[in-house]
Amino acid sequence: MSALLEIKGLTKAYPGVVANDDVSFAIQPGEVHALLGENGAGKSTLVKMIYGLVRPDAGTMTLNGADYTPSEPRAARASGVAMVFQHFSLFEALSVAENIALGMEDPPKPRDLAQRIHDVSRTYGLPLDPARLVGDLSAGERQRVEIIRCLLQDPKLLIMDEPTSVLTPQEVEILFHTLRKLSAEGTAILYISHKLEEIRTLCDAATILRLGKVVGECTPREVSAAQMAEMMVGKSLSQPARDEAEPGEVLLTVAGLSMEPASPFGTPLRHVGLEVRAGEVLGIGGVAGNGQDELLAALSGERRSAPGAVEFKGAPIGDTGPEARRKLGLLCAPEERLGHAAAPDMSLTENAVLTGRVRKGLDQNGFVGWGKAKGFAEEIIARFDVRTPGPDVAARALSGGNLQKYVIGREILQDPDVLVVNQPTWGVDASAAAAIRQALLDLAQNGAAVIVISQDLDELLEISDRFCALNEGRLSAPRPARGLSMEEIGLMLGGAHDMHEVEAAQ
Amino acid sequence: MSIDLVALTVALITVSTPVLLAAIGELVVEKSGVLNLGVEGMMITGAVVGFVTAVETGSPTLAFLAGMGGGMALSLIFAVLTQLLLSNQVATGLALTLFGLGLSALLGVGYPGQTPPVVTDPFPAALAEILVVGPILFGHSLVTYLSVLLVAAVWYVLAFTRTGLILRAVGESHEAAHALGYKVVRIRILAILFGGACAGLGGAFLSVVRVQNWIEGMTAGAGWIALALVVFASWKPWRVLFGAYLFGGIAALQLRLQAAEIGVPVALLDASPYLVTIIVLVLISSDRSRAALNAPAALGRVFHASS
Amino acid sequence: MIRLEKRPTPSRFWSLSTPVIAVILTMIAGGLMFAALGQDPVEAIRVIFWDPLFHPQFASYSRPQLLVKAGPLILIAIGLSLGFRAGIWNIGAEGQYIIGAICGAAFGLALYPSENILIFPGMVIVGALGGWAWAMIPGILKTRFRTNEILVSLLLVYVAEAILASAATNWLRNPEARGFPGSRNLARHPGTDNPELIAGTGMHWGVVAAFIAVIAAYVLLNRHVLGYQIKLAGQAPRAARFAGVEPTRLVLLCLGVSGALAGMAGLFEVSGPAGQISIDFNSGYGFTAIIVAFLGRLHPVGILLAGLLMALTYIGGELAQLMLGVPAPAIQAFQGMLLFFLLALDVLSNFRIRFGTGRAAA
Repeated sequence: MSALLEIKGLTKAYPGVVANDDVSFAIQPGEVHALLGENGAGKSTLVKMIYGLVRPDAGTMTLNGADYTPSEPRAARASGVAMVFQHFSLFEALSVAENIALGMEDPPKPRDLAQRIHDVSRTYGLPLDPARLVGDLSAGERQRVEIIRCLLQDPKLLIMDEPTSVLTPQEVEILFHTLRKLSAEGTAILYISHKLEEIRTLCDAATILRLGKVVGECTPREVSAAQMAEMMVGKSLSQPARDEAEPGEVLLTVAGLSMEPASPFGTPLRHVGLEVRAGEVLGIGGVAGNGQDELLAALSGERRSAPGAVEFKGAPIGDTGPEARRKLGLLCAPEERLGHAAAPDMSLTENAVLTGRVRKGLDQNGFVGWGKAKGFAEEIIARFDVRTPGPDVAARALSGGNLQKYVIGREILQDPDVLVVNQPTWGVDASAAAAIRQALLDLAQNGAAVIVISQDLDELLEISDRFCALNEGRLSAPRPARGLSMEEIGLMLGGAHDMHEVEAAQ
Repeated sequence: MSIDLVALTVALITVSTPVLLAAIGELVVEKSGVLNLGVEGMMITGAVVGFVTAVETGSPTLAFLAGMGGGMALSLIFAVLTQLLLSNQVATGLALTLFGLGLSALLGVGYPGQTPPVVTDPFPAALAEILVVGPILFGHSLVTYLSVLLVAAVWYVLAFTRTGLILRAVGESHEAAHALGYKVVRIRILAILFGGACAGLGGAFLSVVRVQNWIEGMTAGAGWIALALVVFASWKPWRVLFGAYLFGGIAALQLRLQAAEIGVPVALLDASPYLVTIIVLVLISSDRSRAALNAPAALGRVFHASS
Repeated sequence: MIRLEKRPTPSRFWSLSTPVIAVILTMIAGGLMFAALGQDPVEAIRVIFWDPLFHPQFASYSRPQLLVKAGPLILIAIGLSLGFRAGIWNIGAEGQYIIGAICGAAFGLALYPSENILIFPGMVIVGALGGWAWAMIPGILKTRFRTNEILVSLLLVYVAEAILASAATNWLRNPEARGFPGSRNLARHPGTDNPELIAGTGMHWGVVAAFIAVIAAYVLLNRHVLGYQIKLAGQAPRAARFAGVEPTRLVLLCLGVSGALAGMAGLFEVSGPAGQISIDFNSGYGFTAIIVAFLGRLHPVGILLAGLLMALTYIGGELAQLMLGVPAPAIQAFQGMLLFFLLALDVLSNFRIRFGTGRAAA
């Protein structure tokens, strides 16, 4: 059988880093091919080259036996290569139909397009209303927009970049169903992920990347997840560990917290209630866009609420600002590292002052003690193994994992009574992620209460004592995390509703 | 005291036309995600270039084309700086206005007081003599009709064509548009040039048709009012037309009130178009849901494809 | 193919040297402009940049003018730079300057003909309050109704000019001037005058205030928490809110400070160099100060130097008009060009220019 896409010796270097180094592999027609690797292994650069967004420095690609050198995504689409992005390719203020039209070469007339969207979504079990604004859709629905946009062009190769990171377990099932159907019809799928179990269920072949190089190939069904993990990371990782302990007094209580969103496409919070005790980790799961950012803002004090809606050690603090809450001992680390948790163009020393000023006494009579601030920055760097030339480097010069260690470290070293983190290991390499999880567990061990908001369910099950789910701004009742199955979690996350639609469509 | 409503309406349309042209151009620029605060500078450059051309060649058509060219030339500076050299749009727009004011004064030395050729109206004079509707509908220069047609055209293109869809998409999220393979920078440069041509034409209309003279700084904030109109209109073309005529009505009315010497202080009348613009801006912006939905999400943000 | 590559940290070398290169490029482009106007370019550049300081005949007159003109530019630009750093765009300093001058002058004239030594300090305070209040209008509209402060502050300049016209011809008019517009001369009346402090230097209280403002802004930005918060809000607004910076407070503070400084500058001008409230006593300092702020890279010391340079072009422009017959507006175009070159060269401090096979995306 001749390969659909054959890649030979692809190389792409950026200043200071070789993103892809002599990468070669082949994808067969109708095959579901996994591209596996950690964050920063070079997966994104590789697919951008296949999709014509980036031009390789060296190497060749052949599609169906012919030379393939797409100069832009349009050329790639014309050759039958389509891509579903992880982020950044939808327009919130435009309708579903408009979004789809923008991704097509010659879109049909609006009315015909609406009909075709309807047809394709029915055929593949992906219900979608062409007239709705994308901004009003859930993450899973947005992904359907992208998939349908690709399918309308009858691609020979469909590239999917981390497609399940925004889906509930039930939605993942639907997606896999669609992908298998496509594969059976002869469409090859290049499936990018770092989730091993998924790859084992879905993929026919896998190519593993590490630090820009191909380090192995395998048939996922025939090897264990642990074997693949070792190929991917290059070493075996220790599981985070902690001792069992009885939770102490209640430190933070949220009751009847409702809040309108700050942006037009934000999610309102509806009667959110929770409590955390000293020494425990509360995990809050949920698919992106269900109110995670809003909940963090309400806890950090960026958004105010009624005084009694948030109570810290029994004292109402709902109407206080971030500084006052920090002073009391309630600290937060938001999801977006650059621009929210840290100022990209400021040095690490300046970023240390960002949240550390009050508790670390980095100012006197309003004047910043830069020497002290630098000392604090150096302490974070040393204690949390942040790889950087020094505290004078701008935050944006750090890799995702290192900056995340810095941000989390900055809060932990301030000795919080309650720490709230959102997506603590998002886009972070495996060893940094393990270090961050361990640090959070150690913090709880030492008597602090920790709230972890995350979309990574495996992570939550690994470190939480209790688990609750955030769905459309509502928080479910907590359940003990131990022994919770994926099925049960999926129901908590509110995936059941979609299942019915699919069954109806089939 | 009596104010002739027909004459007032005619004056209103003439007063509004330069602002309307500049505003509809800026609307397209902003829809593509670019904030060009240099409208005043482009307008005044269009005014001086148009006037000089009119006096030197005696041809109003050439004058209007030259005015558009002048506005476009200035907008090209803005386009190169903000799109290729990634400069801050607010600062660059301000620089464009300051530069345009100086350049226009320089180019216009010796021209104040010169007489431009008379611009003939497209409709026969007999039509314009019909009672009431005649002067209002048929008594204008071709550019005035063009300005209304332009509003219609912009509305149609933005709402119903693929070009309009791509333009809106680029203004909504340049990352997404780039990921789909659209040439963000090229599209934005074209939009900026269109805005420059519109502002330049508006300026030329002001000097050649409305005032029929060149006076330093004669735009007197019209470019800023055009910018305010775009916000007022929540980025919708027909509302720009409405806003421009509203502004023109107040400007024309206050001139008449001054002439009528009623008891209102002159300073207040002089300031009234600006005060009304501010009040309207406040009313619009306090309605948060509406303003936020129509504003292009990428407005004013620098785009650099980091690949 | 040329492409831009973002630097991990902005280049210190380029951010210091771009203003100098911009000045040189402006001289070249300005020379071409003067050549197009039929002047000898080298001669014109010399008259503008050299003669005001060293001309055997004119320098004694023009040298003190350097401080007289730089004073208000620096004072206003320092105020503006705080807001610009925080992403708050007050571009109506010209209006705040006018209103400050009118308020301060009205205070002094209300007490006329008293010569009490407390009158002048009182005028300074009232002038600052006037500018502050005028800047509070866009400030409050922005914080209460989220109205764009750029448009409001700018539109208010035209309102201020209308008020100035009515003050000069009507309610502040000198009753002894037989109907001529313009107020009494404040500079020639003891008690309301802002005198030259050291003869032959041009140094008046406004220049002193400008120097104090430079030092205060330097300390604020480099040492004080407030300066840190201003920078943070400008660079990363979301991070600033997370840190606990109140956007409302910052908007009011930045607009208020810049308005007060602009108002003070107006008062110093009207009680000194200009002498009286007249219909056109304002000479566009409020707008030129925007160029000064950017040319000085929003840094207090940079603004000090940029203010002096911009003052030099003003005086040089006047000299060029006198000696060579260069039209007055040429210098305004020249200043605009300077800002363009600076903005264009800014790219060098944040990006590396690469030539090569790599594709410039987009």
